[in-house]
Amino acid sequence: MDPALGVEEVAPIALLMDELRSEDVQLRLNAIHRVSTIALALGPDRAREELIPFLQDSVDDEDEVLLALADELGKNFEEYIGGNDHAHVLLGPLENLSAVEETLVRDKAAESITKIAAVLSPQQIEQYYIPLLNRLSHGEWFTSRTSSAALYAPVYAKVSPAVQDELRKGFAALGADDTPMVRRAAAKWLGAFAKNLSKQHVLSDGLTIYRRLQSDDQDSVRLLTVEDLVAIAQQLSPAEVKEQLLKQIRQSVTDKSWRVRYMAANNFNALSEAVGVELVREELVNHYVQLLKDNEAEVRTAAAGQIPGFSKLLEPEVVIARIVPYVRELCQDSSQHVRAALANQITGLAPLLGHAPTIEHLLQLFLHLLKDEFPEVRLNIISKLEQVNEVIGIQLLADNLLPAIVELAEDKSWRVRQAIIEYIPLLATQLGRVFFDEQLANLCMSWLGDTVYSIREAATINLKKLTEVFSVEWARTQIVPKVVNMGSHPNYLYRMTTVQAIGTIAPSLDIDIIRNEIIDALLHLATDPIPNIRFNVAKSLEIVATTYGKTPEGKELAQSKIVPALEELKADQDADVRYFATIASQRTLATIEG
Amino acid sequence: MDPDASGGWRFAQCFGDKGEVEDITEGEPSPLDPAPVPAMRAASPSVPHLGTIRLYGQYLATGDKGGRVVLFERNDMKKSCEYKFYTEFQSHEPEFDYLKSLEIEEKINKIRWCRRQNSAHFLLSTNDKTIKLWKVFEKSLRVVSESNMSDGQRALPPPALKQHLRLPRMQHQDNIIAAVPRKVYSNAHAYHIHSIAVNSDQETYISADDLRVNLWNLNISDQSFNIVDIKPANMEELTEVITAAEFHPTQCNVFMYSSSKSNIKLADMRDSALCDKHAKLFEEEEDPTNRSFFSEIISSISDVKFSHDGRYILARDYLSLKIWDVNMESRPVKTIQIHDHLRGKLCDLYENDCIFDKFECTWSGDDKNVLTGSYHNYLRIFDSETLNDIVLQADKSAFKAKKMGGPLPGNKQLGAKNGIKPGLKDAMQLETLDFNKKILHTSWHPRENTIAIAATNNLFLYSAA
Repeated sequence: MDPALGVEEVAPIALLMDELRSEDVQLRLNAIHRVSTIALALGPDRAREELIPFLQDSVDDEDEVLLALADELGKNFEEYIGGNDHAHVLLGPLENLSAVEETLVRDKAAESITKIAAVLSPQQIEQYYIPLLNRLSHGEWFTSRTSSAALYAPVYAKVSPAVQDELRKGFAALGADDTPMVRRAAAKWLGAFAKNLSKQHVLSDGLTIYRRLQSDDQDSVRLLTVEDLVAIAQQLSPAEVKEQLLKQIRQSVTDKSWRVRYMAANNFNALSEAVGVELVREELVNHYVQLLKDNEAEVRTAAAGQIPGFSKLLEPEVVIARIVPYVRELCQDSSQHVRAALANQITGLAPLLGHAPTIEHLLQLFLHLLKDEFPEVRLNIISKLEQVNEVIGIQLLADNLLPAIVELAEDKSWRVRQAIIEYIPLLATQLGRVFFDEQLANLCMSWLGDTVYSIREAATINLKKLTEVFSVEWARTQIVPKVVNMGSHPNYLYRMTTVQAIGTIAPSLDIDIIRNEIIDALLHLATDPIPNIRFNVAKSLEIVATTYGKTPEGKELAQSKIVPALEELKADQDADVRYFATIASQRTLATIEG
Repeated sequence: MDPDASGGWRFAQCFGDKGEVEDITEGEPSPLDPAPVPAMRAASPSVPHLGTIRLYGQYLATGDKGGRVVLFERNDMKKSCEYKFYTEFQSHEPEFDYLKSLEIEEKINKIRWCRRQNSAHFLLSTNDKTIKLWKVFEKSLRVVSESNMSDGQRALPPPALKQHLRLPRMQHQDNIIAAVPRKVYSNAHAYHIHSIAVNSDQETYISADDLRVNLWNLNISDQSFNIVDIKPANMEELTEVITAAEFHPTQCNVFMYSSSKSNIKLADMRDSALCDKHAKLFEEEEDPTNRSFFSEIISSISDVKFSHDGRYILARDYLSLKIWDVNMESRPVKTIQIHDHLRGKLCDLYENDCIFDKFECTWSGDDKNVLTGSYHNYLRIFDSETLNDIVLQADKSAFKAKKMGGPLPGNKQLGAKNGIKPGLKDAMQLETLDFNKKILHTSWHPRENTIAIAATNNLFLYSAA
């Protein structure tokens, strides 16, 4: 720190300090965000002795200010108050923040306390942190008790065995608290806490707390214990899991509350991996199948999301025998969300099953999902076809799936067509160019003449993306002639599409194509009888000029053709055309001259 | 034998517009003492109809037609039951829905207290469309007395040296009770919200309108889940509406809703996300001999409440109270006629719309008694076992009696035969009833025998030893 801080540096800090107590929330918020600047100006001693008590006294502020304060104090703030030796001083204001009623603030305060815990010495922890933890854990209101649950794990490993005993007791008390909120907090943090326990204590204490919470009356507590189950199972050997946790696993996956089953379904892969292959095969498969046919759609959705991950743990034959039949049922599920989740995951089964079984068992399902009435389902399956491609090969995929895709591409609902168009570039990369030219190129061009504007617009963007996928040369032979041809169509909407398509794809082409094949068609349209076309020509000319105007050839092209054409349009009889031509002309000149 | 037919119930307090009646409060010796409640005084003749009241132990909340919520606090200095004004705030303002061209009234339909989580109080209040979560807390007002740029009165030049930098010093000025809306849950109901109920997990609550019940997380105001929807695809086929909804007091997954068709459905949220399929249906077959044009209207359930232990359900329809055992769906364990003498006047009541009045009902804190209201400011308390009952009248005669130091009126003329039937009970049937004076909203202290009664513009408190 420079002791000779001048007036011009001190004054803004003085103002900032005053703003800590400004009437205006925004100013207070701003000042809190820069509280490290204030601390720096005050120096470590004054920051510690004046600023921190001051902040500790600031907890009756707006939540957003408190949130900012909780956050700032966790950003290595100890550096401003004299280093790690004094880091425990920060616990004071954070303790107060841990008791406010806004969850976001409490969570942030707990996060910052956790960060500070990392730099505290064992002695500081025993002297300052543990008493703080005790105060919070025994707070009169549940808010502080809920915050305390997060604070056991960070220091457990750093304290003496005697204190560890106390911590385990303290955490157990939270797990048996009267208030559901506190038990929820305990359930939420039990997993993290259990990770710090020695195996012996997991078995003695961790399991007790877990079992207590897992049989809680409140659904909202039980559903949080699923993640604890995973964490605890990870700590134990498969044999111990089987001995100690099998009952709880069964209870969680068959809980009466669908919300608990949903959590179980959602965490099924993590759980399966934690308990080991043996238990998966003899026990969990059955439960998983139950979840797949649960009567609540949310649960089936979650279970469907775990299909490939879970199937990885099984033999392919078992997958075919046990899982695939239910996958087949899910394809027909009444809930679109279930089908969408399935469509997203089902292709993941292909690599697990291999070539022949995929064709035998899955291909029909893919086709079925591709024809689903809900776009999200179709899109999910299309976006994952690459995985299938790798297994069954492009030819087979194409033979079976392309008809379905083509059918969708001509769907009578334009939103479906639009969705398919958006996936064409992805399909193009997956299918390859030869294949694309044969099967899909015509389709892409036909969209340019669609009756719905949004489709025509999407089609031009699609062409641009295809150009990026398949190279400029491909575009020159496949796209450009067709686009240019449409420029002489008697219907002005088609001509308009040409103009707009040129504007869209021009930046992805190169100057030779523009000069030789495009510019003349565009200039021809500059004399179109429809004013809308003329001013769109002006816009497209501007795009061409600003994209290529920096290169010598582009400059030459702009000067010889674009600028004169724009000059002519500037004198157009239509006001809009004159307006856009003027803008285009200015920008063109700016580009070629700048 | 209970010689005092009022069952030991004594008038304790009255707030609000008292007309010509002098103000009397327990322990207030001077009858001319100015109204003890500043808010009520300020608002007096215009105190609109109370829309709802909710006793929560040491606190009492009222919501009125003007969108205002007034809170009262138990006066611990007094030995007897006395509440004093705590704070008031404007919870809802009149609004206009431009899309539907509908006015949205500010009237508070329901208030529910949330369990206390710190020194502040939280309560949910709702009008027809919007639910709000209010935080009411004591706030110390502080002003900056000294800072870098000012010494409190005059502006100072900024300090030149960093050693002279100082943190702003605050001076305590006053403590105020502030109410701030913490969350606003809007745009989830197409029809009028009539019920809100907080779950025992203290994390979620439900709100119900005529056709739907939505589930909310208290911390999330921008989304809710529809858990019951009885709207028919074609509104012309509508035959039934939801009239009230409540959560089970201890089982977080169970809630009930009552309908205009005289049934109560119990639903289990564990079964599925959408609770259209009820778990239990409480419905009593109507006696066909009693059938009349009004049958359907008077059998509509206006309020349902779980007993505190969750074992029984109390349901109010137009003429009766029914107590159902949660474990017995076939018929109620008790049926209590509240004002059967009105059965002959249903035509008049239909003409003046009173037949559509929605009376609330309440369990006592120990579940031994039930309370509900009637017309002419009568209210009745029944022992839920023996059905012995007490009739009280929440009107100015209550303070007169108090002033004279005598027992409540009517008690003198005991229907002496069994010593239980009070005179008021007879009076209730004989008198020409004023149908404009009705006790719709009642609330019972969760731990002691204190009740709060909303009688149009007045709030009455009674207590029993």
